[in-house]
Amino acid sequence: MSPRPGFVLEVDRSTPPTLFWNGEQFALERLPEGSRVVYAPEPVDAMADPVSAIRHALTHPLGDSEPLPALLRPGMRLTICFDDVSLPLPPMQAPDVRQMVIEEVLDMAAAAGVDDVVLVAALALHRRMTEPELRHALGNRVYEAFAPHGLLTQHDAEDPANLVHLGQTEQGEDVEINKRAATSDLVVYVNINLVAMDGGHKSVATGLASYRSLRHHHNPQTMRHSRSFMDAPASELHTANWRMGRLIAASGVKVFQIETTLNNDTFPDSFAFLQKREWEWSLRDRATYAASSAALARTPSPMARRIFHSIRSPHALSSVQAGEVEAVHEVTTANVWAQQGVEVNGQTDILTMGLPYICPYNVDSIMNPILVACLGLGYFFNLYRGKPLVREGGVLILRHPTPWDFHPGHHPSYIDFFEQVLAETVDPVVMHKQFEESFATDPWYIHLYRTAHAYHGVHPFYMWYWCAHALEHLGRVIVVGGDPKAVRRLGFSPASTMADALEIAGDVVGTSPSLTHLHAPPILMADVR
Amino acid sequence: MRALVFERNLARFAAARLVSSLGSGRAAGIGPLRLADCDPPELPGPGWHPVRPLLSGICGSDLTTLNGRSSRYFEDLVSFPFVPGHEVVGTVEALATSAEGAVLDPGTRVVLEPVLGCAARGIDPPCEACAAGHTGDCEHVAHGHLRPGLQTGFCADTGGGWSAAGLVAHESQLHAVPHSLSDEDAVTVEPVACAVHAVLHAGLRESEMVAVIGAGTVGLTLTGALAHLAGTGRCPEPSALLVAARHPHQQQVATELGATSALPTRQLARLVRRRSRSLAVGSPSQGSRQLTGGADLVFDCVGSAESLQEALAIVRPRGRVVLVGMPGRVHLDLASLWHREVSLIGAYAYGSERVPGAPAPVRTFDLAMEVAGALRTGRLVSATYPLERFEEALAHAGAAGRRGAVKIAFDLRRDRTPAKGSPS
Repeated sequence: MSPRPGFVLEVDRSTPPTLFWNGEQFALERLPEGSRVVYAPEPVDAMADPVSAIRHALTHPLGDSEPLPALLRPGMRLTICFDDVSLPLPPMQAPDVRQMVIEEVLDMAAAAGVDDVVLVAALALHRRMTEPELRHALGNRVYEAFAPHGLLTQHDAEDPANLVHLGQTEQGEDVEINKRAATSDLVVYVNINLVAMDGGHKSVATGLASYRSLRHHHNPQTMRHSRSFMDAPASELHTANWRMGRLIAASGVKVFQIETTLNNDTFPDSFAFLQKREWEWSLRDRATYAASSAALARTPSPMARRIFHSIRSPHALSSVQAGEVEAVHEVTTANVWAQQGVEVNGQTDILTMGLPYICPYNVDSIMNPILVACLGLGYFFNLYRGKPLVREGGVLILRHPTPWDFHPGHHPSYIDFFEQVLAETVDPVVMHKQFEESFATDPWYIHLYRTAHAYHGVHPFYMWYWCAHALEHLGRVIVVGGDPKAVRRLGFSPASTMADALEIAGDVVGTSPSLTHLHAPPILMADVR
Repeated sequence: MRALVFERNLARFAAARLVSSLGSGRAAGIGPLRLADCDPPELPGPGWHPVRPLLSGICGSDLTTLNGRSSRYFEDLVSFPFVPGHEVVGTVEALATSAEGAVLDPGTRVVLEPVLGCAARGIDPPCEACAAGHTGDCEHVAHGHLRPGLQTGFCADTGGGWSAAGLVAHESQLHAVPHSLSDEDAVTVEPVACAVHAVLHAGLRESEMVAVIGAGTVGLTLTGALAHLAGTGRCPEPSALLVAARHPHQQQVATELGATSALPTRQLARLVRRRSRSLAVGSPSQGSRQLTGGADLVFDCVGSAESLQEALAIVRPRGRVVLVGMPGRVHLDLASLWHREVSLIGAYAYGSERVPGAPAPVRTFDLAMEVAGALRTGRLVSATYPLERFEEALAHAGAAGRRGAVKIAFDLRRDRTPAKGSPS
């Protein structure tokens, strides 16, 4: 039986309460009659034999690329780059798809007699991965073969000796990327395309770039004109990355792109209710919900965080394609939409969403208020094609505890951004002009980014820029259940209950607004007609 | 006439020390302070004049004394019993002369410069410090024809501001209050003078980064004084004036008074680090505290072990820490002071100051009067109490920050005719 597609439910009197994520907790909310709830499609079928599928993709490339074995020869420099810890979410059960792909690539390289191989984690300005994270992504066999010899590296966007400036695009954008990759005979980039935004030219042009390069598209202007990030032709972010990617190719950097998609089987059986539709919950689901909610309500936040971050997703490989970047990405994007797309008719006055415990930037870490904003306004708001789910001037209601809490090791510059920048302005353009450079070039942040496990000093700005389109589009943002002081610092309105939030929203959208709830995760993308 | 009298009573000292651990100012009822009927003090000699207080502030040093927690260093520099109160605006009761040599008609409003230097003590020739105008550094505060007392309010012979009976003041201590200053502005002139002196004593250089720890009366007046003096060319302009203020109202006032940033205490080190573009020692996860660079100049307006340690953590190598808040015995790790060659500077009271462009030293109180008027520092007076409610007043002062207040004062204006020079 084929999986059921996504679904838009209209709430009526018989509709059970709707599940909202609430950080490391959940809540059930009874939405007003007439509200819509958008559910993700059920997981598409996993590939029966992933290893064979990977091998087939490598030997039957898309576009004008030759098969991978034909590109490999003795004496060549081969660099294998891979997505970092920000993908997939939650981290997947072993074996990670990166491990499966890289093992095949390495087998082919070994068969061709290639012995100059280096692995590069494509961090961009993210934090360095820890050894357990690298072992999980690559598998112990690959890790042991490369790491002890210094052949497993993590991209360092602040190491001038290991960066190469390839030139400027016709728009004057600097293209500066990892030197090892740029000077290799072949770059193999292994992607996990969790959402339609991932992959394409963005892999190399962003994942292996420096701040000097990234600042050309990670800025308020570009982000405001990316409508949405999930719809590459309408995304200025992607347009800039495509310009850069083509310059990289024209510079002689040959990229063999491997993109993988996962189905949205997101949570293990113990949390099966999280990806079911509420009226289909079994007795066991209801009991699990009740028991876990009660237990989590009594669990201290750090312990609840540890429990959730130990979840390993049963995500399964649903497609793999390889070859020339743009040809590969076109197929990948279609596959992502096939898994996650849901047709939705028309926009809504109020969009509600429950935010989970995790986003790309807090794996094994704290979902600080800036990340809450970024997940809600940057990611979930942008899970659309065509038009945003919520109308211009409408209201976004988030549910999340939004604690005034930061991981000091992972997010040191976030703390200062929250305390010092957001205290003065929430306007992305103003902060871009007044504060970005001082954070981006701060020697302490750079030191921590390079030597510890800290996000780059400029990263919180980028998180805020991700929100730029939503901030401009929305009439108000309300956070239910959040720390009021933290919520206000973000420039949003706190509400203690959903009913309060709806009353507050009434000031903006009137007394009879339409309401749509984005029931995610599992991830879905709304094709808004 | 009623006055609050502080007596030497070891049992009450001990009780005050014990109870004050529950909160500053809470020991007023059982400590060595009592409300008593007193006569006005006798004039100690020529040049002395009776003064009737209008408002008299409660200073942090008063609270420390009442809490039984002041340093034993002061034991020989005070004489008992004394009437506290050294932040005083009052009126002269008879024809008098001011420190500037002006004739003061009876009823003229004056502020008291409470330091009891050589002139007040009848010592001639004066000590080197007094001769140079640095009366705060007087070598004779325990000598001369007065009993010991480094200031009015700690001397058995002069009375103090917490008295309806009045006090006596030497003409070298009297400064006429301009019409433009309210009583509330005037009662803050003494702490403003301390702040002015601290700023000018610190040797601020152009474009230095300044951090201020603490935003009670001392920290706020220092912030305002520095901003005003820099704005009027009397001291160099700092590149930033960063103020650590625990409470939101303190942050707001500090900003109004000219702070570049006023933020909770725990955030100061991070802001100083970022603005000085320095590194920190250790990992942020481990709560790294010591900056490799830091502020050029740190004013510690608290005087506790914690505030001093914080100051040493955020000052740059070869920077200066100026101790403005009154310290007592503190337990402190001075390794960073030694290793980073930091200067620790005391700043006490006032006298006269050298300011750019002025041909001769300027009295600190003259500058303070100007600052108080320009900044309307009377806004810092959050509440006033009659002497009879001294227990409430002292408890309020001891919890001023938490209760949204800054300066608490005694109001002795009841049953008095309007003073000459009061604003109409």
